[in-house]
Amino acid sequence: MKFRLEPEVRPVVTSALALSGAVGVFALAFGVLAVGAGANVWQACALSFFTFTGASQMSAMTVIGTGGSVGGALGGALLLAGRNGVYGLALSPYFNESLGKRLLAAHFVIDETTAMMTAQTNPRLQKIAFWTTAIALFSLWNLGTLLGAVLGSAIDPHTFGLDVGFTAAYVAMLFPHLKTVNGRFAAAGGALISVVLAPFVPIGLPILAAGLAIFVGLRPTDSSVTRSATASDNETVQ
Amino acid sequence: MNMSWALVIWLSIGAYAFKMLGFVVVGSRKLPDVLSRCLMLIPAALLAALVFNSSFTSGQSYAIDERAIGLGVAIIAAWRKLPLIVVVILGAATTAFLRAL
Repeated sequence: MKFRLEPEVRPVVTSALALSGAVGVFALAFGVLAVGAGANVWQACALSFFTFTGASQMSAMTVIGTGGSVGGALGGALLLAGRNGVYGLALSPYFNESLGKRLLAAHFVIDETTAMMTAQTNPRLQKIAFWTTAIALFSLWNLGTLLGAVLGSAIDPHTFGLDVGFTAAYVAMLFPHLKTVNGRFAAAGGALISVVLAPFVPIGLPILAAGLAIFVGLRPTDSSVTRSATASDNETVQ
Repeated sequence: MNMSWALVIWLSIGAYAFKMLGFVVVGSRKLPDVLSRCLMLIPAALLAALVFNSSFTSGQSYAIDERAIGLGVAIIAAWRKLPLIVVVILGAATTAFLRAL
């Protein structure tokens, strides 16, 4: 990390910090919502520190909060975590470091670092973008979670509508994915499956089953939607 | 509540495994286009499922209540491109207000 900011580096660092600040506020919401759904402060913090992928953390807490089992919560959350594997594929050509450093970097392969890194044009700026975003975002994500969890412990989740707070966060996270036709089909399919199955299968399973809607991607379509384009589409908080 | 440390631990192991799988194990080998296209649709499908399932079901039965109004407000707020935290607060506050009536 170089803290001597040259003109070409400055915008990269500035946007990484701005993005991390926004994510930190989101983490505050996650902390409040997580304790509202039944986690204690340490569990909420451990999720942010060790799982460190927002949508999965929230999905798991929603299923738990609505009375689902650990298995039911894991299913959908892991499926959501699966997309980081795809980001990893996109980013790995940029990393030629030692195995140890790659294993550490892997923990930070998420929507935001992918979007920030793939937005840069030269290898040096790509590396700066990745690590600046990773460090700033990880710090603020964990700090925000802790503050939110402590704050959330003091209020009654139902009275304050926190369950719908989760839902509202998903709505905001969903919108960028509706820009493509496939995205809209997948969302409609997922919503339909999750509601139709609800009376017949255990809580949490409809969310996992909604994953079947991704096969609308098998439709022949223009292949202009590349991985990096999709990643930067998600630049809003995930 | 079924919250447990087991969930925290398994989710953390699983999430890291996915990150590492693409980044370190598979490396720069390329996935077939159609496969990565499908995988990138996971958030769209699952986020929509979470939205509708948690708004219109209660346990294993259907329910339409204050949550639906809160959802409507959140959708309008997100559609007007308000910041995420504002969307969250509007959705929660609307529901809280209706519940307090």
